[in-house]
Amino acid sequence: MPARKRTSLALSSEQLLQLYEDMSMLRAFDEKVSERCIRGEIPGLIHLGVGEEAVAVGVNAALQPQDKMVSTHRAHSHFLARGADPKAFMAELYGKATGCCGGKAGSMHLADLDIGFLAANGVVGGGLPLAVGAALGLRILNDDGVTLCFFGDGANNNGAFHESLNLAAVLELPVVFLCENNGYGISQSIHKQQRVANVADRAPGYGIPAEIIDGNDVLEVYETVRRAVDKARAGGGPTLIEAKTYRTIGHYVGDSENYRSAEEVAEWQAKDPIVRFEQVMRRKKLLNKALKEEIAARIAVLVEEATDFALHSPFPDPASALSHVYAEGVA
Amino acid sequence: MARMSYAQALNEAHRIAMHDDPRVFVLGEDIGVYGGIYRVTKGLQAEFGEQRVLDTPISEIAITGAAVGAALVGSRPILEIGFVDFVGTCWDQVFNQAAKFSYMTDGRASVPLVIRMACGAGLGYGVHHSQSLEAWFTHVPGLKVVMPATPADAKGLLLAAIDDPNPVIFLEHKFLYEVKDEVPDGRYTVPLGKAWMAREGADVTIVSWSGAVPWALKAAEQAAAEGIECEVLDLRSLVPLDEDAIVASVEKTGRLIVCHEACTTGGFGAEVIARVVTRAFDFLDAEPLRVAAPDIPVPNSLPLEAVYLGTRERLLEAVRGIVS
Repeated sequence: MPARKRTSLALSSEQLLQLYEDMSMLRAFDEKVSERCIRGEIPGLIHLGVGEEAVAVGVNAALQPQDKMVSTHRAHSHFLARGADPKAFMAELYGKATGCCGGKAGSMHLADLDIGFLAANGVVGGGLPLAVGAALGLRILNDDGVTLCFFGDGANNNGAFHESLNLAAVLELPVVFLCENNGYGISQSIHKQQRVANVADRAPGYGIPAEIIDGNDVLEVYETVRRAVDKARAGGGPTLIEAKTYRTIGHYVGDSENYRSAEEVAEWQAKDPIVRFEQVMRRKKLLNKALKEEIAARIAVLVEEATDFALHSPFPDPASALSHVYAEGVA
Repeated sequence: MARMSYAQALNEAHRIAMHDDPRVFVLGEDIGVYGGIYRVTKGLQAEFGEQRVLDTPISEIAITGAAVGAALVGSRPILEIGFVDFVGTCWDQVFNQAAKFSYMTDGRASVPLVIRMACGAGLGYGVHHSQSLEAWFTHVPGLKVVMPATPADAKGLLLAAIDDPNPVIFLEHKFLYEVKDEVPDGRYTVPLGKAWMAREGADVTIVSWSGAVPWALKAAEQAAAEGIECEVLDLRSLVPLDEDAIVASVEKTGRLIVCHEACTTGGFGAEVIARVVTRAFDFLDAEPLRVAAPDIPVPNSLPLEAVYLGTRERLLEAVRGIVS
């Protein structure tokens, strides 16, 4: 592993505090979503990002506004980190007309091109080829944007993953493949699904450099992704980064979680990315009890406002179910 | 006007689109120096460079998804998949990804993409290189499905498909590639969803598309010698469908035959008949007929393949039968 150029990647105190606040916001948002899902207000299949916030926030901090993000079925953290409006996002989860996709997307099919968030995905592995294509399209358009492609460990035994890595390598495209390895594809441990220990072990077979990082360390995520993104933007081609993390909640809201032990979950809760970063910030004297409470209060208001907005927004006109099957006009 | 083949007409459409719009690019397997299996992209790489005429690995999932992603960010990809039979390998990217973006974003995103694929039998290519799978695509809301039957339409429909903001499945019949005819010069478009009256007649309406259009015209000519006047309607695109043109013709003739190369069950002929029965039942003087392939894969041996393609011969019998 090359020496870290920490100085060039150093974040200001304000930026560090923002990372803390963003992670806390993601957590609070998804905990509220869980609560409202259990209450029956939010329908459908809901996959939360609780425990994996450092990946989303660290990744986004490494991206520029012109960069694109492609996500997975577990998209909430990515979407919010990229800058989604919490009100329009919550309303989308509620299936309301004011939702960012008019209620047609829900949790798993989110997109907001205005913030460079191209697609979540209901199909495991479905996003990887899209990310390669986004990078290709930007190159055709002479745009220097880099595409960040999230995928889970569950996708690395899928054909789309293998074809996408190879194509990105052959075309030397500016893509960063970011694996959130949370150890499970629904109930199946990664060790039951493959004979290589790491997702990163796949990369050399495609001529792609890879790094394995602690996905619960937001600064390590940021620095590693930043280097890969900078390299891609400079024409250095794709990188695969495997962030080891863990979802401390179930696969979806309502999961029996009968495939893992309480001890294992507790072990990872002790490595909670937000708590760990809070300790870092306290050591740097950038965070204290009063500031923490101030941030928490600010977030609570944002989440409450988003939830109220969603709850009190109207459902879409049923007639809208028939609209926008096709785009209109000339491309 | 210039006399050229269907493949040359498609080539010219690519050249015009790429010349006019730097966002347009082509990707696929063996499309560069090789010029594509059917020479549709011949000479394009020399003219537009390796970036805009991009040879890819044999990775249909990745290249199809890549075309979708490239369209999402604002470029205008044209993807060549050599045979429609291969779409099974990348089907998720077609029907779950490309087809859904406009809808799932409530119109905030679109996928301006053309996927060109060769379809059709008649050359002894066997079960994996001869099918006509258009009905699959028509069952996916969000996809448009275009199937030109003539060189002039091949060019004009392809230019219209490239202009369209939606994913367009563009199916080229491999038996038509070398067919030559007059093709207008320069840029022109043939609108999607507008059928072509290939022959007028008062007695029987034959609805067809793609490689079945020449069969219908031939049967119409033979029937005319027997005193039966057939109207031949080439749909050009199945989605959007020119239902009004079909209904208008049936209201005139009172008799409908749908003739397609694909196998019968679940074929698009069933959809055409359902629409006519719903809208113009009272005008029908006879029960509508489907003349299509038996429900078998396409066999390799030419005498066996001729059984699959027996539609050609059965069409004239069907015309005689429906007026008797």
